[in-house]
Amino acid sequence: MNSEKTLAVCCCVMLFVAEPAFTGGTIGRTVGVTCNACHGPDGKSKGAIPSLDGLTAKQIESELLAFRSGKRSATIMNRIARGYTDNEIAAVAEYFANLK
Amino acid sequence: MFTPSISRRRFLQSLSVAGLALLKQRFGRAAYSRGQVVVIGGGFGGATVAKYIREFDPWIEVTLVEPNSTYFTCPASNWVLAGLRSLNSISHHYRDLTRHGVKIIRDTVIAIEPDKREVRLKGGAILSYDRLVVSPGIDFRWESIEGYSASVVDQLPHAWKAGRQTNILRSQLLAMRDGGTVVITSPPDPYRCPPGPYERASLIAHYLKTHKPKSKVLILDAKTAFAKQELFTAGWQALYEFDTDNSLIEWVSGPDGQVNAVDVEKKAAIAGPLEEKYRADVLNVIPPQKAGQIAQSAGLTDHSGWCPVDYTTWESALQRGVHVIGDAAIQDPMPKSAYAASSQAKVCADAVVALLNDRTPGEPSWINTCYSLVGPQYGISIAEVFELNRKGGIQKVPGSGGLSPQDGNHELEAVYARSWYTNIVNDTFG
Repeated sequence: MNSEKTLAVCCCVMLFVAEPAFTGGTIGRTVGVTCNACHGPDGKSKGAIPSLDGLTAKQIESELLAFRSGKRSATIMNRIARGYTDNEIAAVAEYFANLK
Repeated sequence: MFTPSISRRRFLQSLSVAGLALLKQRFGRAAYSRGQVVVIGGGFGGATVAKYIREFDPWIEVTLVEPNSTYFTCPASNWVLAGLRSLNSISHHYRDLTRHGVKIIRDTVIAIEPDKREVRLKGGAILSYDRLVVSPGIDFRWESIEGYSASVVDQLPHAWKAGRQTNILRSQLLAMRDGGTVVITSPPDPYRCPPGPYERASLIAHYLKTHKPKSKVLILDAKTAFAKQELFTAGWQALYEFDTDNSLIEWVSGPDGQVNAVDVEKKAAIAGPLEEKYRADVLNVIPPQKAGQIAQSAGLTDHSGWCPVDYTTWESALQRGVHVIGDAAIQDPMPKSAYAASSQAKVCADAVVALLNDRTPGEPSWINTCYSLVGPQYGISIAEVFELNRKGGIQKVPGSGGLSPQDGNHELEAVYARSWYTNIVNDTFG
């Protein structure tokens, strides 16, 4: 087998054994998974707490910014949104919007 | 067991004659592993870390060791005491974790050998690991209350580990005469679920108000302040005539509330410098606490009785390759709550995956969100976002978090409390 083929096989295998891909960067996932305990795994809630599933990144980001500024009132999300920077909010929005 | 970096390189080199399809066919999943992780304890910390390691990297093999086939959650166990839901509804099995590729072994760990990277089980098996995660929860300091011991918990239940104990306390409440006194002894900090004793007092008061209105709840407490205090007391005033002569709840705090002994025969708590005897019809002793037994015997605890860890990875400061999460870890200012354990588990999972992939673990971030019911339709909450501080400790993100507003929508928060429970259970065991 020539070296090109070997390289191609190795690349395939590296893809095969790679860690699963996700969007929003490390920050997006690190912050995102902490939301799951309230909003359900992958943001899919079973009860009265709203799902994050099916929202666009833009929707999630603007909601979080509105909670943070107090423009939108809430029982609890104002208190939580105040814990994050603009970058973290954008990253977590990106993370949830692209989950399958 | 090989180290991941060398194993991957060697593995790739060895594939010069094999295509991807052949690889799948010939070796299957077990032929290549990024490493072995063993998790001890199937509570909110252990189950979550097992599931999330598999989610973050399916090439890591994860084995969860847990002696019980089902887990009774402490969250919502106070709701069971008040008859708001059944004991069965707070029991959860581990079957769904196997769907994520977690191997479950029903056994008890009797020894950890960090030097050999091995765990020994009661059943005789020895498990090797590259990384071990210990999430053993709490154990009680039986010796700190004279007369109290594991052998009297059927008469004087603690109900601070849910399940059979929850049932015993519930049965005693049901059997109690109208006009009786329920005494709850609240432990000193730090302990599992800081608002727990006060949610318990609230919901027992609700039960008494509804079924045995001449009765009352007395809390004996050496602490002079407690979690969500202003919200609880406002709720008690609204629902249970707190601070009046007819109050269903009385809180004896400070030195007078310090419980030093119990009289099992007479069902009494002896408290304060004057050794006052508080006779009870139902005596619920919530003892002082320390990290779970295996953490003690494996040398993971310091003089405090809890486990010091590095907060980027939750790796023990005392034993390399061993991570400790959940109630057993020193985590101040995070409370020892289910949500905190879940949040720590995810940071730990991220770090374990990074380490087994030769990456530097990322910057951690944690949340605690905790609801309590003061009455069936009266919910209160605390929420906090935490980050690493410059000294490597944990701090609340300035400006974040806090308690529900006093004029908040407590009815809606009670609805969210129930949804919180459904979702965290699903996130952990689903």
